[in-house]
Amino acid sequence: MSWTDVSPVTTVPDMALATRHKPPAAAESSPSVVRLLWRSTIGKKAVMAVTGLVMLAYLVAHMLGNLKIFFGPDDFNGYAHWLRTVGEPALGYEWLLWVVRVVLLAAVVLHGVAAYQLSRRDIAARPVGYAHRGGARRRSSFATRTMRWGGVILALFIVWHILDLTTLTVNPNAEAGHPYENVVASFSTWYGNTIYIVAMLALGLHLRHGFDAAARSLGVTSARAARGLRAGANTLALVLTVGFLAVPFAVMTGVVS
Amino acid sequence: MNAPHTDTGSTAAAAPVGAAGEAPAPAAADGDMALTLRIWRQAGPEEPGAMTTYRISGISPDMSFLDMLDTLNEQLIAEGDEPVAFDHDCREGICGACGVVINGDAHGPQPTTTCQLHMRHFDDGDTIDVEPWRASAFPVIRDLVVDRGSLDRIIGSGGYITAPTGSAPEAHATAVPKAAADDAFAHAECIGCGACVAACPNGAAMLFTAAKVVHLNVLPQGAPEREGRVLDMVDAMDEEGFGGCTQVGACATACPKGIPFQSIADMNREYLRAVRKGGRG
Repeated sequence: MSWTDVSPVTTVPDMALATRHKPPAAAESSPSVVRLLWRSTIGKKAVMAVTGLVMLAYLVAHMLGNLKIFFGPDDFNGYAHWLRTVGEPALGYEWLLWVVRVVLLAAVVLHGVAAYQLSRRDIAARPVGYAHRGGARRRSSFATRTMRWGGVILALFIVWHILDLTTLTVNPNAEAGHPYENVVASFSTWYGNTIYIVAMLALGLHLRHGFDAAARSLGVTSARAARGLRAGANTLALVLTVGFLAVPFAVMTGVVS
Repeated sequence: MNAPHTDTGSTAAAAPVGAAGEAPAPAAADGDMALTLRIWRQAGPEEPGAMTTYRISGISPDMSFLDMLDTLNEQLIAEGDEPVAFDHDCREGICGACGVVINGDAHGPQPTTTCQLHMRHFDDGDTIDVEPWRASAFPVIRDLVVDRGSLDRIIGSGGYITAPTGSAPEAHATAVPKAAADDAFAHAECIGCGACVAACPNGAAMLFTAAKVVHLNVLPQGAPEREGRVLDMVDAMDEEGFGGCTQVGACATACPKGIPFQSIADMNREYLRAVRKGGRG
């Protein structure tokens, strides 16, 4: 091939196109928003952030509802019954409860699957570790390092918690329709208390890192917002952990019986 | 950028000179250090590697870390051993060629590049671990040299603006707000050394990619390709096998150029904005 074979004129658009990673003609029928989100690391983190915030909103309501136990069996059982009849007659019996359950199940599954896939990718990205140990430990907080196993603990706890106080499968002294008495029965066993306390401490740590991490994943960037989120994460973690733990400690000390 | 260089010709750092007229101090001057080095040695990409221990003395606190490695290499060559391969170029902290993990920290204990790290930050008798950047996207070529071509490919996927070349445009034709210029400049400081990847427990290139995306996306010149740029660069980053961000912050601590941690959230926002706009603009 000689130089005369080369077309003497290369048009400007050709040159511009030649520098492009993907020519616009092949803009592969622009992928849907869902695919764009799920295929990238950033998109999956956004999914984790939104599902995490959905679960967090539920937990705030759940914790506040739990505190009704301090008003006695009638208030607490009445509140539990109201949760099933709320929205009537527009909604049927337990309809709202089932809507919440379906939303939460979707959130847990999406959060967990995204976490699993991202963790696999993260671990594969550093196949050979550093011989000098301790670098990562110095640079990251305990809450940050325990996100993955903390998440596993919380997932196992959710299964236990449903078997304990929703289906009453593992709560031998439980009776359907008597949530106050069932809570007292569960927290009268050493294993019921241990599992619950470990899980709530894991929850506090998970939120401490997770809340402002979620905000960053969703692109909240200002320095002032970052400071507020840091404080918010610590406050939420503390309030939710203390609020949830108040119930087993009340049962253990006999305040609720 | 990634060819393995070994220093074979440089002189050991000059010994400190005393008062005017005095002869230069001997090599083993007061304050010189003796060190134990544990260095990752690996003959080639497919060869097995291991931490190998060396003892070295006569190290002046005024030497840079790379000067110290040069001194070790002279000693190794004199003994008939293979010198330790490491990347370096400008030795002024501006090119991004050098970089090793020192005692578990990318570029060592100071917020600067390895070439600008001085031995005064170590003590006589210290044992220092020296390892290459570790990431599946940074395969080891030899000893402390890794292939950082993956960062170049991320740049190639969108870290540019498409503009007709020719005579320079009139400087005032495109007004750039001061805040945007400052922001772009702060992010343009990234020298692509890869310390963020080396420091990240997930081997993520988020801080690097964020620096490049934010640098161009805040400028009017980068606006026409704003959405495509972030989508393509994040795609390229994922395809290279880098990990994701878990908001640890080790990248920004290691960065010798002070790229802010907040840049990652900026890139997340740019990415989600591009997704909302339905892909490339």
